[in-house]
Amino acid sequence: MKSFSALFSAIDATTSTTAKIAHLAAYFQSAPEPDRVWCIALFSGRRPKRAVTTTKLTEWATEAAGIAPWLFEESYAVTGDLAETIALLLPPPEGTIHLTLTEAIKEVQSLHAEEDAQRKARVLALWATLPEDQRLVFNKLLTGGFRLGVSRKLMTRALAQATGLDEATLAHRLMGAWEPASTPWDAFTEEASEDVSRPYPFALAHGLEGAPESLGAPEEWQAEWKWDGIRGQIIVRNGALHIWSRGEELMTDRFPEFAPLPDFLPNGTVLDGEIVAWDGSKPLPFAALQTRIGRKSVTKKALSEAPAHFLAYDLLETGGTDLRSAPLSRRRAKLDRLLATLPSTLPISPSPLVPFTSWESLAEARAKAREAQAEGLMLKRRESPYFIGRKKGDWWKWKLDPLTIDAVMIYAQAGHGRRANLFTDFTFAVRDGNSLVPFTKAYSGLTDAEFREITQWVRKNTLERFGPVRSVPAHHVFEIAFEGIQRSTRHKSGVALRFPRMLRWRHDKTPDQADTLAHLHELLAQYG
Amino acid sequence: MTPVLTFTDKGIYCPAGDFFIDPWKRVDRALITHGHADHARPGMGRYLATEAALPVMSMRLGTIQAEGIRYGERRRIGDATVSFHPAGHVPGSAQIRVEVGGEIWVVSGDYKIENDGFSEPFEPVTCHSFITESTFGLPVFRWEPQAHIAAQLSRWWATNAAEVRVSFLGAYSLGKAQRLLSMLDPAQGPILTHSAIEATNDVLRAQGYALPPTQRITPETDRKAQSGAIILCPPSALGSAWAKRFGPSSEAMASGWMRLRGIRRRRGADTGFVISDHADWPGLLSAIKDTSAENIYVTHGYTDIFARHLTELGLNAAVVPTEFGGETGADAPELEGEA
Ligand SMILES: [Zn+2]
Ligand SMILES: [Zn+2]
Repeated sequence: MKSFSALFSAIDATTSTTAKIAHLAAYFQSAPEPDRVWCIALFSGRRPKRAVTTTKLTEWATEAAGIAPWLFEESYAVTGDLAETIALLLPPPEGTIHLTLTEAIKEVQSLHAEEDAQRKARVLALWATLPEDQRLVFNKLLTGGFRLGVSRKLMTRALAQATGLDEATLAHRLMGAWEPASTPWDAFTEEASEDVSRPYPFALAHGLEGAPESLGAPEEWQAEWKWDGIRGQIIVRNGALHIWSRGEELMTDRFPEFAPLPDFLPNGTVLDGEIVAWDGSKPLPFAALQTRIGRKSVTKKALSEAPAHFLAYDLLETGGTDLRSAPLSRRRAKLDRLLATLPSTLPISPSPLVPFTSWESLAEARAKAREAQAEGLMLKRRESPYFIGRKKGDWWKWKLDPLTIDAVMIYAQAGHGRRANLFTDFTFAVRDGNSLVPFTKAYSGLTDAEFREITQWVRKNTLERFGPVRSVPAHHVFEIAFEGIQRSTRHKSGVALRFPRMLRWRHDKTPDQADTLAHLHELLAQYG
Repeated sequence: MTPVLTFTDKGIYCPAGDFFIDPWKRVDRALITHGHADHARPGMGRYLATEAALPVMSMRLGTIQAEGIRYGERRRIGDATVSFHPAGHVPGSAQIRVEVGGEIWVVSGDYKIENDGFSEPFEPVTCHSFITESTFGLPVFRWEPQAHIAAQLSRWWATNAAEVRVSFLGAYSLGKAQRLLSMLDPAQGPILTHSAIEATNDVLRAQGYALPPTQRITPETDRKAQSGAIILCPPSALGSAWAKRFGPSSEAMASGWMRLRGIRRRRGADTGFVISDHADWPGLLSAIKDTSAENIYVTHGYTDIFARHLTELGLNAAVVPTEFGGETGADAPELEGEA
């Protein structure tokens, strides 16, 4: 793990993409093969399953550090990262043990089978003997939270550099269900044996800033609704169904509605589209689908209240042939023909095209997106291939402008990690007669300079402290943007917002000019 | 009985001697622990500081009416007896001991325990009440011995030189920069300095502090011919247009805050060397123990946390009220001298 920790530090230390790729490529060329495979796994989101709860880890680390639990909590609040806090608080190691990355991961995985007392003894022993500079990575493996600012794309590029193979080929081979522990290195470097469940890398869109006129002639483009659901690939091969999320989670069992598809779709079919909860003619709000996510088993109630439906917008494979290099117009025509043959009782339909003749008429259509339960429009170039990842030029999302409301800041809380010393998490209220009703929290949208300014103000104007939270006088007004609004019984205000963030600091407004609870409820009635 | 020292809106005040220590508003008589901007402010009627601290103070504050005092020398001011004792923080830095009618208080100023071989090493002073800083009063802050950091620094410099890059090292211009310079081996390559740092170097060299030879960067400096060099500069110069003119480079920041990954990333330097002129957590605790003080006043940093911990250790600890102490700890990484 020495060289992997060194890799971690080297990547962490640089902001240069080229340097990060060079460090990774060097690792792929020099590390033992099983470690390389684990490195690919860790940087493509396949981290080992968490073996110990954070509560236990915290307890053991506090004990090993010989400090009071509250002092651990304070340290964690400043550091913002559990793995790092533990690494910093442990006393210097007593001996040294040398583990490869693969051995360290095996250690972590073998903890699953142990009783708590054994787990504790093993973790404490490793903490006491692992060299200090390897603790952080080891703790990251333990906590399962392995994030490093290395995108999968960047890792794939490094892998391409190290192996001399084509990036697109590698991106495809890295998809799907492979187990790091049992996958040999040459599964990536040699012509792969066919994995029937393997999805294609998803094509992703960029947000369109400004008007679409800059895209050129309207007839070169196709428009679809941008759905607020779960992006997914439906794969039928060898008579079996596989459904993948964009995060490469296999979701087949989560959506039993789609189980009949292999009886109707020919083998060698791959569809790209959106899973939504369906009211019979259009999607239900995302919240309906949300009730089904995160649950292990799907209840009868969920099946009847939030039935899943697949809105297909692309055909990536047909008859076992990879269609991705064909132009969108051809893929779409084939998709429509294929879906037209299916019985209408199946929970699948083409995501409708939004007709338009000019950019002005498209803008009018976009304004009606909320009625269609859509977030806006997708613009796709008719001639475009199905590309890998986020590439500028061929696909654009043209989202609706967010809903906004002017609100008063009433509580502030310090941020974590990068923003450990700044107040960044705020609670906002709307006016209701003479009182203020809190309705949302938001913690992004301001510049670092603005966060510094508000931090100074919070320090000078703290009214009361509730642990890490400080109440402040109602003084500053912010424009809060959000994507959706729902009724909520858990909040005093009666509403819950989707993706709230600070759009602007309204220095020009005083608290009595902030919006009211009544206005919030009007928005709920209109868009909820 | 009036306490020996009180906390006022102008700073720490001694009623028996009618003087202030490190005041932040204009007062007639100020005793100054050291030359950092958050301790030595302009506009005081009279200044008293160690002889070793005065030259830098004069450079920074211009013409001031100032008097020097030797370490350990006792001086009577009104009904108080004061003396200055090495704080190990930067050259000339002191803790200030104030005795009134047998009652002894000590104001730590900023301090560190490790002897850096450059500043006058810290000396514990026995007292009844100790006013301590707590910049790094959180157990995550623990420093490695200076020799380890010197080795890391040398390796970093050597790697950059081998890859034909300039090594930019960001450090505060009074204290930290000179300490780092004293850790470098001039045989390893040319050592260049930003003029802000070299100005302080000149003053300290004239006082007799030993620094390796350095070259001040001037408009005439050939910026493309320095690839094996190390350049000491203020943190604000890292990544600036000024720095970019030197061609390919690596940038490192030397500060205790570099212990935290989040702050390391916020600063945007490639490398962070964890080295501070303030005491780490174990250092603060050992310093407090060595004073034998029963009353501890905590200022400057993680005050609430540190005071609570001291209370749990059975000491009589209190936080110096925010409006007096200034809640600088949280912004400290951006401030001079706070690293
Ligand atoms: Zn200070
Ligand atoms: Zn200082």
